[in-house]
Amino acid sequence: MSASKVQLDRQGRLRHFLTVEGLSRRHLIEILDTAESLRGVAERRVKKLPTLHGKTVVNLFFEASTRTRTTFELAAKRLSADVITLNIAHSSTVKGETLLDTLQNIEAMQCDMFVVRHQQSGAAEFIARHVKPHIAVLNAGDGRHAHPTQGMLDAFTIRRHKPDFANLQVAIVGDILHSRVARSLIHALNILGVAEIRVVAPRTLLPAAVEGLGVRVFLDPREGLKDVDVVVMLRLQKERMEGALLPTEQEFFQRYGLTEERLALAKPDAIVMHPGPINRGVEIDSRVADGPRSVILEQVTNGIAVRMAIMSITLGNHARPDGEDA
Amino acid sequence: MRDAEFLIEAMAVQLRELLARRGIGEPTLVGIHTGGVWVADRLRRRLDLATPLGKLDISFYRDDFSRIGVNPQVRPSELPFDVDDRHLVLVDDVLYTGRTIRAALNELFDYGRPASVLLAVLVDRGGRELPIEAHVAGSRLELPAGDHIRLTGPEPLQLLMQSAP
Repeated sequence: MSASKVQLDRQGRLRHFLTVEGLSRRHLIEILDTAESLRGVAERRVKKLPTLHGKTVVNLFFEASTRTRTTFELAAKRLSADVITLNIAHSSTVKGETLLDTLQNIEAMQCDMFVVRHQQSGAAEFIARHVKPHIAVLNAGDGRHAHPTQGMLDAFTIRRHKPDFANLQVAIVGDILHSRVARSLIHALNILGVAEIRVVAPRTLLPAAVEGLGVRVFLDPREGLKDVDVVVMLRLQKERMEGALLPTEQEFFQRYGLTEERLALAKPDAIVMHPGPINRGVEIDSRVADGPRSVILEQVTNGIAVRMAIMSITLGNHARPDGEDA
Repeated sequence: MRDAEFLIEAMAVQLRELLARRGIGEPTLVGIHTGGVWVADRLRRRLDLATPLGKLDISFYRDDFSRIGVNPQVRPSELPFDVDDRHLVLVDDVLYTGRTIRAALNELFDYGRPASVLLAVLVDRGGRELPIEAHVAGSRLELPAGDHIRLTGPEPLQLLMQSAP
């Protein structure tokens, strides 16, 4: 059984959220529509809903993160859950405790949801297979495999600006090879029926057989960016680079970095996205990152609503006994 | 099947009288999704109100999340005004257990502190489980627990009644 099967219950409802791959359009639309309803909460006097009152969410971060961890914490708090975050990279694994031991100890604290980030692909799925049945597991990034909540918040941000997916061209630029964000976004956009998804990168930063994901490959950004509606820049994952995949950062910026001149190749109303954290002057020029077409900070804001949606949908599906209809 | 328009007219008459008695000159209507929004929209036109219409989706405030989860058809709540010190009229189609109204009141107060809240419903069918009553009702009935009553719309607005088999 694959991750895409483990995350569904017998009725095909989401009980965990591990990967976008294999989900139906209906699943994704439900997440996007629910997030749309949750977006307004941040503008109210009381930025809180009672939905997960009495639930406990545990963030298990085996790998460093600021944005993802903070927005997951805020999402849980805005749904009235109790939330704790464990930066395990610095605690029990260092003392030699196994992943399963750590898990069982936290389970014994009676929690309802694990949000897992791990440097190893498949870690969240492994945890989902071993937790007690009442616990929901969300993948907050596993190795190079998937970062499904980021993929969904990117799709959400695109839909708010460019809702006509059937006529949309999206270019994803940069380090596709190491990017779990790119994989999750490509799956999401394909399922949602985006007309054309392009990946723009040097051959050394593309996974083998990348075309199989349902994308058009461009080695030259002058062709890849031409007339697109959305440009998604990826962070150059310096910490994940092994060997000489790249000449130098300066050279990368020269060939692929998003400058105003290069952005001019896209449609005049194209939006610019980046999952963060940005490397200014490496993959994106400051004038573009801070410019009028950048929706980079909006992505961060949207991330809270999308994570709230996924938390309430998965925990809600645990609420309904398996096999019983609402 | 019954046409709902004459019930809305009855609501308008009662509400106009109640507002005059309370000295509320500028009420703001807030409909509860979905049927309550249809009723509130018509009521607002009949009363010729200049204040914008509020729309409330109480899905995230329901008290049965732990039994049925999230409503997949949830919509955004829209209150395009400052709730503070405003005289609100909460509008719904059918008043039954009172749980929807409790949820709606909780949500309203997360937006601000209204001066007052009145409750106007198309049909009060009895069967309350909470201490909540409507100030205005197009019709008051006492239906057995197994009976169903539902508003369909938005054009035309019709009440569907179904007796327990």
